[in-house]
Amino acid sequence: MNLSMKWLADYVDVKDVDIRDYCEKLTYTGSKVEGFEVLGEDIVNVVVARIVKMERHPDSDHLFICQMDCGSAAEGIQQIVTGAQNVFEGAIVPAALPVAHLPGGVTIKAGKLRGVLSNGMLCSFGEMNLTEHDCPGKEADGILILGEEYADKIGMDIREALDLSDTVVEFEITSNRPDCLSVIGLARETAVSFGRPLNLHTPEVKGANDGDKIENYLTVGIEAPDLCYRYAARVVKNVRIAPSPLWMRRRLRAAGVRPINNIVDITNYVMLEYGQPMHAFDYSMLEGASIRVRRATDGECFKSLDDMDHVLDSSMLVIADEKKACALAGVMGGANSEIKDSTATVVFESACFLGSSVRVTAKKNKMRTESSARFEKELDPNNALPALQRACELVEMLGAGDVVDGIIDCYPTHKPEVRIPLEVERMNRFLGVELSREYMISVLEQLECRVEGDVIIPPSFRGDLLSMNDIAEEIIRIYGYNEIKATYMNAETTQGGRNPKQAFEVALDRALYGMGMDQIQTFSFISPKFYDRIRMPADSPLRKSVVISNPLGEDTSVMRTTALPSMLEVLERNNNFSNENVRLFENATVYIPSESGEELPTEKKVLTLGMYGDVDFYAMKGVIENILALARIQNATFTAYTEDPAYHPGRTARVLTEEGVELGIFGQIHPLVAAEYGFNQPVYCATIDFEALWANANTVIDYKPLPKFPATTRDFSFICPEDMEVGTIMAVMRKASGKLVENVALFDIYRGASIGEGNKSVAFRVTLRAADKTLTVEEADKATKKTLKDLEFKLGLKLRA
Amino acid sequence: MSMKENLEQIRSEALAAIAADGADLEALRVKYLGKKGELTAVLRGMGQLTPEERPVVGQIANDVRADIEEAMKTRKDSLAAEALERRLKEEKLDVTMPGTASKMGHVHPLNLVQRDLEDIFIGLGFSIEEGPEVEYDYYNFQALNIPEDHPARDTQDTFYITEKMLLRTQTSSVQARVMENQKPPIRIISPGRVYRSDAMDATHSPLFHQLEGLVIDKGITMGDLRGTLDTFAKQEFGSDTRIRFRPHHFPFTEPSAEVDISCFACGGKGCRLCKNEGWIEILGAGMVHPHVLEMGGIDPTVYSGFAFGLGVERIAMLKYHIDDIRHLYENDVRFLSQF
Repeated sequence: MNLSMKWLADYVDVKDVDIRDYCEKLTYTGSKVEGFEVLGEDIVNVVVARIVKMERHPDSDHLFICQMDCGSAAEGIQQIVTGAQNVFEGAIVPAALPVAHLPGGVTIKAGKLRGVLSNGMLCSFGEMNLTEHDCPGKEADGILILGEEYADKIGMDIREALDLSDTVVEFEITSNRPDCLSVIGLARETAVSFGRPLNLHTPEVKGANDGDKIENYLTVGIEAPDLCYRYAARVVKNVRIAPSPLWMRRRLRAAGVRPINNIVDITNYVMLEYGQPMHAFDYSMLEGASIRVRRATDGECFKSLDDMDHVLDSSMLVIADEKKACALAGVMGGANSEIKDSTATVVFESACFLGSSVRVTAKKNKMRTESSARFEKELDPNNALPALQRACELVEMLGAGDVVDGIIDCYPTHKPEVRIPLEVERMNRFLGVELSREYMISVLEQLECRVEGDVIIPPSFRGDLLSMNDIAEEIIRIYGYNEIKATYMNAETTQGGRNPKQAFEVALDRALYGMGMDQIQTFSFISPKFYDRIRMPADSPLRKSVVISNPLGEDTSVMRTTALPSMLEVLERNNNFSNENVRLFENATVYIPSESGEELPTEKKVLTLGMYGDVDFYAMKGVIENILALARIQNATFTAYTEDPAYHPGRTARVLTEEGVELGIFGQIHPLVAAEYGFNQPVYCATIDFEALWANANTVIDYKPLPKFPATTRDFSFICPEDMEVGTIMAVMRKASGKLVENVALFDIYRGASIGEGNKSVAFRVTLRAADKTLTVEEADKATKKTLKDLEFKLGLKLRA
Repeated sequence: MSMKENLEQIRSEALAAIAADGADLEALRVKYLGKKGELTAVLRGMGQLTPEERPVVGQIANDVRADIEEAMKTRKDSLAAEALERRLKEEKLDVTMPGTASKMGHVHPLNLVQRDLEDIFIGLGFSIEEGPEVEYDYYNFQALNIPEDHPARDTQDTFYITEKMLLRTQTSSVQARVMENQKPPIRIISPGRVYRSDAMDATHSPLFHQLEGLVIDKGITMGDLRGTLDTFAKQEFGSDTRIRFRPHHFPFTEPSAEVDISCFACGGKGCRLCKNEGWIEILGAGMVHPHVLEMGGIDPTVYSGFAFGLGVERIAMLKYHIDDIRHLYENDVRFLSQF
């Protein structure tokens, strides 16, 4: 809402208040000021002047030398050279006198044009940032010719002559205060903020007083009272369409509304002043001399004022005559009954509609208007009549027509009064202040609440005041939010803190930083095409995502079921930036839709790791092992995994708990996927199900006594086929030695011609120890023998000679 | 040559040999002190001495042995010291070369800020509640006093999944869930991702992080809200930080406020960071609306409470002078490694 300070002055006098102080005060009492603009500020030293003599420039075929009478603005006659062709001797024009400033940072100084002194410049509309709407009837091209009506203003500053000076304050009005979307509403807030009187005005309409009455013109029927609380109308005959006077045009412009003609301008003026949207119909276009406020029929066609076609449905309310819809209620009028230059009789509408209905109608028709933006916030039906009267008063003031006597006012159910108890003690306790009952009442009365004993009756334009909290806010915003003293909660102590899972998540993050992994944050929504990029099978259940019905674009249109594409994208970006040795992680939320799609999806975290550069498969495995250690998950198994097409089939492992619960997979990204993300070097990723990790984590620390007896070690070396997994051999060794085995460790692996193509040599050290004694050589040998026997029997391995 | 002279000769020879360059101390020990060594050989002749001579010669022999042993030890120690000196010289390293331990990873600035905030409120007795990001319209709007077709919905452009399901536009959605499941005293924060249909630019992202706070108990006042936020501001932005409230409207709180902090860069004098205002808008807050309490099954005539919500991105950007929100989601390691 843009407020003209000149307009405000009609209602409350704050001329002595500095504009900055004004803006701050209003902000602190709850009407947030976004900023202010001093109009005309950028036009300096431009005055009304008359061309008293004009002759051609001796050295130019298009320049004129003008002798200017600038009145008291300049001593003597000023010579100005102009190239404009529409000027003439005797013309009254705006003259910029050195040093003058014009919008856009233009500075006018004295100078010579082809050798002839020019003491300034004659100005056009455009040079002063004006349009023909500011000065209707004036030529848009060339120098602005002001006309003889300005003869008595020679020498006057153009801002004063054209009423350009004003200050416009821009307010951000919240949706609970539609009453403040008006000059009067803001005047009321201004008055209470500064403790000044509010000078309200009751419109007076003389009427034509010629025996004619509105009933001769019109009947009104509300057929959908659930959507229309009130419908009031008056008729104006002998309409004389003309431009509005300068003061009205300037005020409309200050508020950001384009002046059109007197009747349309009056409807806009009243809307801005009273906050009540109005509409004017051309009476001659209404068929059947009646107005029906009815629901549209499904499929009904309607062309709005802006020449857009709409197809309506029965949820929408229209203002119709006998035959057709003439306006979309509260949103916009129809092209069929628009005010034209030829309009002779006008029907003014001032009505009140159900907010949510106007909102839905405007939304469905993609027509958010000044009117609908007000109606959707629930307006006060009691404001409809004063606004209608004001419009008619303005008609008479402007001589725009004759107001037919009589008012049609359909107001079937009056808005009930709201009554709220005045609870002084409770409000003081709630706010943490100590205010007197008298103070509270004085604030409420300034806000036009009635206080009867212990009952507050808010004015009907304050539909937002319903409970103690609302009243408390009114009092405290005027008293000052910042007058409340900060206190510590005097309440029951609560334990607070992170729960074990939240604490584990923090510990995991920290462990990963320690392992050189940088934390990333990626978007939860992705493109469904990202599943193709990681070669996800067409029938994979993970392709079923939660789909956003109104996405910004395809790239952010579905909620991810895996964060792998997000990770790869970030790795790709870093690779493109030539960042080397990158190691990243995100404990990323994924969204698994419910079967029906009716229930909320399952949201779970998947720890997603990615790295490239100075790393290999075992570097990633090392990170995974550390994560398992952090979670105290013992005896997890790693098995080769070939089923995920995003990964290299020979370099991928699945991590399972001892009980066989899958924790995740990791490995080298498939070369085709890596290439898709622009890599020609190996990329390693992992996805670890954080929920499973936590579910299997062991939070209990149980100390085991240190060994009391020495260990014995035995080394073994075998030649085995290349594809035999070390893990398989180790498992057999561990099992063979039974209880005595403390550790089996791989300490060497060798490939070479001497052991034959397709073979490898592997060497292990087995540590044997008994808890209760020192092992004898015989006991150790017995275990060794068993180990060798099992290896030969189960795997066909023989000790290397 | 008398035995005595013999011993004296052994002594002088041995001491000279020990002091000589390149002396092989072990060989000399064998030569002079060994079982078959020269001193032993001389001592074997002791039997031929008179009983009077024996103790005298014996004394001399012991002195000679002691002198040789002493000389050898001294010589040995000095050789060892020389050898150590040489070794230390050889082992000199270029200490300016880079370390080889694997580099530390880095916390993402959003996680850093979020954790800081969590710790501040944990210190005030808050616990952390999480809620779904894909949420029912009911919890995101209706339970927060924003019915269908309410104009307040306009300020939060919403991504919808179905008519009844959406991507939450505010962490306030967790408020309603907490009230359904917990009885007062309630003192929770809820950090997390929220979504709004804003195109990405330097200051907007369709996905960002908020942290919601909710307190409900008997006798909670607006002064307590001020006190809590004052503590938060001082801990997060420095002990000189002041806060100010501006009246505002949120459908789920009444009274509602927008809260500014005094600029931590200039202390309120006005600078580029605060756009010369001296104040920076940091969060929205208010006293929980009685309807919201009622919908959560809590009697507003018995209990009162406050709620607040702040933007994690905004704080991270202000605190670390990050000029473009997109940096937070690009994850360039040159950016990440600064945190």
